[in-house]
Amino acid sequence: MSAVADAAGRSAPAPATRERTGLPRRVARNRRAQLGVALAGPVVLLALLGPLLAPHAPTVFVGRPFEGPSSSAPLGTDYLGQDVLSRLLWGGRSVLWMSLAATFLGVAVGVWAGLVAGYTRRSIDAAIMGVSDLVLGLPQIVLALLFVSMLGPKLWLIVVLVAAAHAPRVARLTRSVTLEVTRREFVEAAEVLGVGRWRIRIDEVLPNLVTPLAVETGIRLTWSIGMIAAISFLGFGIQPPNADWGLMINENRTGLSVQPWPVVGAVLCISVFAIGVNLIAEGISRTVAGDDGREAP
Amino acid sequence: MSRVVEVADLRVELAGSGLDIVDEVSFGIDAAEIVAVVGESGSGKTTVGAALLGYARHGARIARGSVRVDGVDVLALGPEALRAARGKLVAYVPQDPATALNPAVTIGVQLVEALKAHDECAGQQERRERVRQTLAEVQLPDDDAFLKRLPHQLSGGQKQRVCIAMAVACRPRCIVFDEPTTGLDVTTQAHVLETVRTLCATHGIASVYITHDLAVVATLAHRVLVTYAGRIVEQGPCEAVFTRPRHPYTQRLVAATPHVHVRQVLEGIAGSAPAPRRRPQGCSFAPRCAFAEARCRELEPPLTLVAPGQEVRCVRAEELSITPRASLAVVGESASSPAAAPLVELDNVTAYYGGVAAARDVSFALHAGECLAVVGASGSGKTTIARTIVGLHVDRSGAIRLDGEELPRAAKDRPLAVRQALQFVFQNPYGSLNPRRSVGDIVAMPLRHFAGIRGREALPRVEEALERVSLSPAFAQLYPGQLSGGERQRVALARAMVCEPRILICDEITSALDVSVQASIVRLLERLRAESGLSMLFITHNLALVRALADRVVVMQDGRIVESGDASDVLLRASHSYTQRLLRDTPRLEPLTINQHEVKGAVR
Repeated sequence: MSAVADAAGRSAPAPATRERTGLPRRVARNRRAQLGVALAGPVVLLALLGPLLAPHAPTVFVGRPFEGPSSSAPLGTDYLGQDVLSRLLWGGRSVLWMSLAATFLGVAVGVWAGLVAGYTRRSIDAAIMGVSDLVLGLPQIVLALLFVSMLGPKLWLIVVLVAAAHAPRVARLTRSVTLEVTRREFVEAAEVLGVGRWRIRIDEVLPNLVTPLAVETGIRLTWSIGMIAAISFLGFGIQPPNADWGLMINENRTGLSVQPWPVVGAVLCISVFAIGVNLIAEGISRTVAGDDGREAP
Repeated sequence: MSRVVEVADLRVELAGSGLDIVDEVSFGIDAAEIVAVVGESGSGKTTVGAALLGYARHGARIARGSVRVDGVDVLALGPEALRAARGKLVAYVPQDPATALNPAVTIGVQLVEALKAHDECAGQQERRERVRQTLAEVQLPDDDAFLKRLPHQLSGGQKQRVCIAMAVACRPRCIVFDEPTTGLDVTTQAHVLETVRTLCATHGIASVYITHDLAVVATLAHRVLVTYAGRIVEQGPCEAVFTRPRHPYTQRLVAATPHVHVRQVLEGIAGSAPAPRRRPQGCSFAPRCAFAEARCRELEPPLTLVAPGQEVRCVRAEELSITPRASLAVVGESASSPAAAPLVELDNVTAYYGGVAAARDVSFALHAGECLAVVGASGSGKTTIARTIVGLHVDRSGAIRLDGEELPRAAKDRPLAVRQALQFVFQNPYGSLNPRRSVGDIVAMPLRHFAGIRGREALPRVEEALERVSLSPAFAQLYPGQLSGGERQRVALARAMVCEPRILICDEITSALDVSVQASIVRLLERLRAESGLSMLFITHNLALVRALADRVVVMQDGRIVESGDASDVLLRASHSYTQRLLRDTPRLEPLTINQHEVKGAVR
């Protein structure tokens, strides 16, 4: 890299080679991420704006059960005779907000635990990682169902349970990055100044966590969608007569051979959403992988 | 003597853009001859070395030229033949032996593997014999116990010898050494250099030795190629090039090299070698050259013969050969007058690592305004002592006092004023700056921590601190990944200086840098010292640097102080055998000191 001296004899940075493109912009150039946005984007829009566009309310009976597509019900009717299209348009909101909330809650708790565990006394580290291993060792869905059947199908409870399933995994990742980063000399440079542990965690470690966490959050979100849809399908999530994609699959599976649209529509929405999110996560992770060596000396 | 290597008109370019990384490189090496390739980072010296093995790094390709080793055109070989030639015809010794050896495989197996790959010896018995013989040649033990060791059980010097043994095992005609002693301390380096010298002589191996350290070249090589921006700018016998360097770049490199014998002002070279896409028209060195004229910026000068065997790529070579070297100034010994009370005082400090003492009963004092150097080989405990003083290493006994006040062990338990007064600069500028934070943020961090100054308020202070280390304020927006090693180390110094410290502790802060960059950092330290009345503790294994910078010196061996005193006394009249050995092992540019009268007359 070339630098020229300015009038005062100081070196000035040479501008041309010093461009630094941010991660979001580079991710946006990634093919997988683009495809992911193309898939997940419309589903998100559908879930958000659907209720405004729906021809009917989700709980109105527009015909007999399992009728085929007609002018009043473009995708036919479901097992109770409600409009399938309207229920699809109404049924995405819950999956969307619940999976987002569960993911971010899980990531937040995981990052907190990982930051503490990775840069603290050994005993506290051991305690945190012990709890996290315990949670990881239990079958997540069975545990979730156990709690829901005990406490009732409350949506916040599902969010908390899914988040609890994510937190240990995020904590492990955060801890390993923290362990690696806090061994570097810039952390010692802060310690010499007497900077406190939380300041070091936030100012020195967290910026180095951004990229691995971006990847991890994408993967966690894919998981959340699947798990929340599964819980709804099993009947522990949103309760009828409310519309929900996971629930719709369960309600209408008996009529699959007569009127496939409610099941097919809900499955399509969930899978396209999950696949899209997964592709975005994949795109981030590949962009980050291409970074290796950029930061290295 | 017979020519073994003949490189003609070599050009390596970036695969996509077709920009040249190196071009017009031609040279030859005789049997048993050692040719050194010197230059700063980015001058293309490693690219030249790799091309001898028919290799170009990812993203580069060998575009033109020929490399003949022992009559074989290496560049014309197919993949299979090339694989066979590497190791057997041309071997390579890497810079970092720690990553070159497989950590999970024993030394013996790795050495035998090298022989097997080339069907060098018939049968297991003969291979074992050859391995033992080669290990003896590189002065390593050749018993079974040693062969069963894993790389992590060896010292840095031993690992490098294993790498050399691997290269020599197949009896190649030519070996490329890529800065093999950069990470080693002087004593180990001296041993490795001796090994290289003997091996090349006994087996008639033609060697290329890549380095940025002219002193190493002077002690080892027969001829030297000085590379800059991918061109050979000067070549000739070491003796001639170092006594009468003709190219301004060579002159500046010589001026940047510290000497053990003379206390001299080290002159760095401002700026850095231009990357392929940023090379100027005409002579590449012109933007950094004090003698550049209009014609230098127009046409690239050809390599011309100026003396028997000495070629220079400079239009002013003839006149410059009589121009006294611009910046070689010998300075008088600074009269150190220890103040009455010491600033920092160590009283029988013993530092432990897991119950083992890394430094024992260390006592010394640092006075106001003084620069005290602590020297020793790796493992002598010098870094441990520095870390103990600053409160990073807490497992110690004994007392450390600042202004007569005893300091708590850990930095976090010390009063704010103490933490501000004692600043530490780390050895590795690649590890000591957070890659995810901007330079401005990094320098502002102590301000925020000590004075609660943040954001816009901190900006003038940050810019002032950058200014003090000769960086323009525009650096505040950059990230460490965008800086060169020297620039990073300046940022690390700015972070320390922004605290307005009274004592600066520098832990081998130039060991990862080019000699030319090292010289400018040393100049900077001297200026900071003069401007701010700083006291300095300078940890190093480089005695020549001590000579350039320090007033007093403490020599450590195996955790103990073996000698201490005024720098000039210790370096000129060392009394302890260990100091004498360190001095003996320090490579030096002998020719320059022979011509000292000329040097002394050249005070700027």
